Amino acid sequence: MSPGVFIFLAALAVISALGTVAQRNPVHCLLALVVTLLTIAVIFIGLDAVTVGFLQAIVYAGAIMVLFLFVIWLLNLQAELRSAPGYLALKAIAGLLSAGLAAELFVILWHAPSAAGAQAVAPAGYGSIGMLATTLFSDYLVAFEITSILLLAAIVGAIALARRIPSARAVAPVQAAAETPVRSEVA
Amino acid sequence: MVPMSYFVALSAVLFVIGVAGVILRRNIIVIFMSIEVMLNAVNLAFVALGRRLGSMDGQVIVFFVMTVAAAEAAVGLAIILSVFRNRETVNADELNLMRW
Amino acid sequence: MLIDLLIEAIKAIIVVVMVLNLAGVLLWFERKGSALIQDRIGANRASITGLGQRIGLPNLGFVNTLIADPLKLFTKEDFVPEGADKFLHGLAPFLALFPVIITFAVVPFGDVVKIGSRTITLQAADVSSAALYILATIGIGVYGVALGGWASNNRWALLGGVRATAQMISYEIGLGLAIISVVMTYGTLDLQVMCHAQGGVWFGFLPRWGICLQPIAFLMLLIAGMAESKRVPFDLPEGESELVAGYFTEYSGGKQAVFMMTDFAEIVLVAVLITVFFFGGWQVPWLYRDGFHFPGGIHFGLPQLLVAILGLVAFMIKTIVFCWLQILIRWTLPRFRYDQLMRLGWKGLVPLGLANVVVTAIVIVLASGAH
Repeated sequence: MSPGVFIFLAALAVISALGTVAQRNPVHCLLALVVTLLTIAVIFIGLDAVTVGFLQAIVYAGAIMVLFLFVIWLLNLQAELRSAPGYLALKAIAGLLSAGLAAELFVILWHAPSAAGAQAVAPAGYGSIGMLATTLFSDYLVAFEITSILLLAAIVGAIALARRIPSARAVAPVQAAAETPVRSEVA
Repeated sequence: MVPMSYFVALSAVLFVIGVAGVILRRNIIVIFMSIEVMLNAVNLAFVALGRRLGSMDGQVIVFFVMTVAAAEAAVGLAIILSVFRNRETVNADELNLMRW
Repeated sequence: MLIDLLIEAIKAIIVVVMVLNLAGVLLWFERKGSALIQDRIGANRASITGLGQRIGLPNLGFVNTLIADPLKLFTKEDFVPEGADKFLHGLAPFLALFPVIITFAVVPFGDVVKIGSRTITLQAADVSSAALYILATIGIGVYGVALGGWASNNRWALLGGVRATAQMISYEIGLGLAIISVVMTYGTLDLQVMCHAQGGVWFGFLPRWGICLQPIAFLMLLIAGMAESKRVPFDLPEGESELVAGYFTEYSGGKQAVFMMTDFAEIVLVAVLITVFFFGGWQVPWLYRDGFHFPGGIHFGLPQLLVAILGLVAFMIKTIVFCWLQILIRWTLPRFRYDQLMRLGWKGLVPLGLANVVVTAIVIVLASGAH
């Protein structure tokens, strides 16, 4: 990956991540997050992790984000107003702590002995779907099987949690009023 | 050729942006999206370091992180839907029933 | 170096121009084809201020559709409804069109062409994970429709957008399973390698096309592809008799033209995918790189350029046949109800696809000697 391409992708990723956390309209946040995810997918492909890059685009940007979009629609979230006053102290402290975290991470990671060796040519077939599958099904087989059970549990759990239970208590007031038969007019 | 520490630095920056989002935003969905930003930053670090070592382990771990993130997103959004149905709000400040 | 870049740029431009032109011609196909099926004449009058009729020229129907129709669409007033999100309303049509067009970058149109000392493969981008790339771009294509429906501040548009999104993500799974079966059969994700693998003959005369190996995957790809492009019988999201115009109710003028173009470009995309995966792509039966080898031993030698051009023409013919098939299906079948649609996707295509994958795997292991 040439430096120019890296700088462009890094700038795009950082700007869209900032857009995700700073936009007031949740749908705009979601779009910015999709841009971030696709940028990271392109960076993966540039790092020779081709299969994982495409999987990131298919699974993360193509499916999980659509799930988020559905929930935003269902909840009918509008754009937030200007942030409520009185949070200045929280924002200042949060800003300081974030800067502290960033400084700490830079200090730890920059001096790590990983600057050299990135120019190494990747082994043949690195990142291809064959090699990923071989590693997945030989070294990580138990984790793979457990993940499939985890997904099953997640599906069952999500449906059980999001289901509308047709009982009097859980029904929203508008629906209850609509379902009550109007007796006074039927004489 | 770009040295590996640049990728890890980018991952650190994205992670910190995600943390700032979780702390500063009040809307639960946006908090959730900031968590996704954090997860992706970590994925980037994994892939970059895996490439540095020439091993496929980084990518396999990213595969699992993606799967777990999908499961977590599904269940988390279902929880948010339930909470919204009962409390009619997604502002994290108003969901303070269990606070002292 | 510069020549290489120039060749790549020319290939990319040719691909995009060809796709957009074919989408435009398909509009005429659709109007005249539907007229043929419904036993009427269809649109056949176009004139500018009556000039053509006054000097006695015959009426030309395709002038109407190819020139007057787009001209009308692009010069209409382009409005944004009140209360709508201006940025998303403007972005949505292009967000819908872009993934469909960039999918064509990995499609192989022909075999190699040797110009001078260069060997140019007739494929805009030689990506070795092309099948994954296609799945990724089809996944991204959901956003244009979703945001177009939501950003219009209109309840029918929102309903159409929600339905369209749910339909598209449901049939993506069937599409993915069909593609997985084909990838397993050929052992590669690269489309050009798949087309090469479909050359040759069985038993001396039957072309080795993918349909003989994966008929169920062909049906699944056809059904899932038509559902992805929201064509009848899956066009409930834009049901004209139900939702006004569904997710593009509040679009007029140029943006509606872009949405229509997306629709037709997706028809071409599904036809191209079926051709590449199941009907040999650019392979002409019994044509090899040095000429024809008919069963029975007859051999015609042909220059390499002519072989490449024959492959290209074969590809175009096969694509147009499958575009025509989709138009035929549109004007024959009635629309599915929403629950029927969802049931077909989840309870029909997904188990069928999974069973197909398992059977394919068993057959592959048995056929390779079960090491």
